[in-house]
Amino acid sequence: MSTMMTDKIPVTVLTGYLGAGKTTLLNRILSEPHGKKYAVIVNEFGEIGIDNDLVVGADEEVFEMNNGCICCTVRGDLIRIIETLMKRKGRFDAIIVETTGLADPAPVAQTFFVDQDVGEKARLDAVVTVADAKWLAARLKDAPEAKNQIAFADVILLNKTDLVSPEELREVEARIRGINPYARLHKTQKCQIPLAEVLDRGAFDLERILEIEPAFLEADDHHHDHDHDHDHECGPGCTHDHHHHGHHHHHGGLKHYHDEEMQSVSIAHEGDVDPEKFMPWINDLVQTEGPSILRSKGILAFAKEPKRFVFQGVHMILDGDLQREWKPDEKRVSRIVFIGRNLNEDALRQGFLSCVA
Amino acid sequence: MPAAPVQTLVDRVTTLAFDRFVLKAGFLGDALLFVFADGGIQLGREAAPLRPHADAILVAAHAGTRLITGGDDGRAFETGPDGRTVELGNEKGRWIDAVALGPDGSAAWSAGKTVTVRDGKGKVKTLAAPSTPQGLAFAPKGFRLAIAHIDGVTLWFPNTDAEPERLTWKGPHLDTSFSPDNRFLITSMQENQLHGWRLADKGHMRMSGYPSKTRSWSWSHDGLWLATSGAEAAIIWPFAKEGPTGKAPRECGIRPAKVTAVSFHPRALVLAIGYEDGWVLLVRLTDASELLVRAGGDGTPITALGWDRDGKRLAFGSESGGAGLLALPV
Repeated sequence: MSTMMTDKIPVTVLTGYLGAGKTTLLNRILSEPHGKKYAVIVNEFGEIGIDNDLVVGADEEVFEMNNGCICCTVRGDLIRIIETLMKRKGRFDAIIVETTGLADPAPVAQTFFVDQDVGEKARLDAVVTVADAKWLAARLKDAPEAKNQIAFADVILLNKTDLVSPEELREVEARIRGINPYARLHKTQKCQIPLAEVLDRGAFDLERILEIEPAFLEADDHHHDHDHDHDHECGPGCTHDHHHHGHHHHHGGLKHYHDEEMQSVSIAHEGDVDPEKFMPWINDLVQTEGPSILRSKGILAFAKEPKRFVFQGVHMILDGDLQREWKPDEKRVSRIVFIGRNLNEDALRQGFLSCVA
Repeated sequence: MPAAPVQTLVDRVTTLAFDRFVLKAGFLGDALLFVFADGGIQLGREAAPLRPHADAILVAAHAGTRLITGGDDGRAFETGPDGRTVELGNEKGRWIDAVALGPDGSAAWSAGKTVTVRDGKGKVKTLAAPSTPQGLAFAPKGFRLAIAHIDGVTLWFPNTDAEPERLTWKGPHLDTSFSPDNRFLITSMQENQLHGWRLADKGHMRMSGYPSKTRSWSWSHDGLWLATSGAEAAIIWPFAKEGPTGKAPRECGIRPAKVTAVSFHPRALVLAIGYEDGWVLLVRLTDASELLVRAGGDGTPITALGWDRDGKRLAFGSESGGAGLLALPV
């Protein structure tokens, strides 16, 4: 009531396995001449110095909410730190949270939706994951945390591309896409990236959910108009055909890997769905399957509703609202996507299609 | 006595403006006190603020003539009404998360999981809490400290070697307070409820139904009532006899805005209530009559309220630094 939506401080979460380059990215963000002041929340004080006025050491205290929802974990220390920081408005414009390499991003993200006081003052902007091009493939096999971080990400920096061959790079990129085809993926060296690709993404902002397409279909992904000169392997004209597996997913010139454990499921219906059927179905779904669904997103055409209904979710927490009107030349298509562990695609598809209007 | 139409004390309020978050408002001895989140401690209406900390003040507690503050510089200071400050401890840059004042000049603070108690002679003892404490409170009798953390409260007698006692209740506990008669221990919780224990038999009490967290509470001068923030009225629990179990709380000062700060008058059953829209009311429990102190001001939430020793003056402050001093007609 007392805080305007627009006043909310954006929070960027930096994750990534040990040694991938999180701190390099953090220092890059802080050192660029953007004229913005950041409050930085780090896990204890790392060995690499962070050159910033406001650096807070956190202890990554995760607890379960007492609301009967087992996957509803939040970061108690973040609640405390953000509440305290908010008493010093004007000292900073945005917050960056750097997690440890072993951290699960979910409790960090859920903190912004579960804690009312934090949610009134701050908004989660995006989860940015830094991955090591040389070691990620191995980590995806032996470290569940690394897989979580890729699955959860809105933006992925595939870093240290100079340390791998073009073939290795394609391989690891395909591995990432097998888990999360929706994140924006950037190949970098020393985390060199325009900050606009990392900050102010609005990834959890319902107003900014415009379309849901695998990100690698977006034309600009491999040829940004900025310094991606190192990114030469899969350029604009890339037509390599690595399509070995006959999956129905769209993909552009990448090998297709199906991760045994973590997948994404995208379901579309060319038409309207019945909100009276859809809302109970999706609510029930995240209540029962929430622990295995990491992220969900949807744009829906509700019968007799001129506006688009958009939602996004983290495990059991859903945030949804009517957004802008469908444009006259826009096809009313209802689409939902899930990224999660051992998803039952057939059941999801049948469930969704039973909501068709 | 019927509740009169809204009577006002607005013309008895001196308006003050500080332009920074007011963490504490009240009196240190006779001196008007404001503690600001940006690090200033102001004694009196005009004086330049003291700045013992290198930067922000994160937590503060005051009683009688003593003020303890904890900062993001990792230091805890005690300040007196004459403006003299003493450094109580230095946790080397770790944020001070909680502070409390105890009997005979003692004090306590926590940084991370480490809880430190300092007695009146300056002797210091530390205890590792099971998780980062959010609230500390000394018992009204004996040298005993309650430490609120995840899944319960630790009760510590710093002067004995006995193992600290543990009161358990699942979930994150925030602030904690003993009832003035030392029979009950209360915590506020992350899940918009209060929890309590009868200390004699460790019996549980749950006080729920709040739409948001309780971050301000106050015991009545007779110790029989606990007023709390977090709802669109001050929720006041009865603590006579066996406490609030099975009894409904009183709801005073019902308005279409959440209560953010409460403070009982030190001598009468009158409660000062601050709201999220900047309003301040006085409510008399005996007949629920209301007196208006502030009709919104700058419209930001009231963050602090405090009476002087005799209950003749009330100081208040808001999130954006709007503040005031009420002098009651004598």
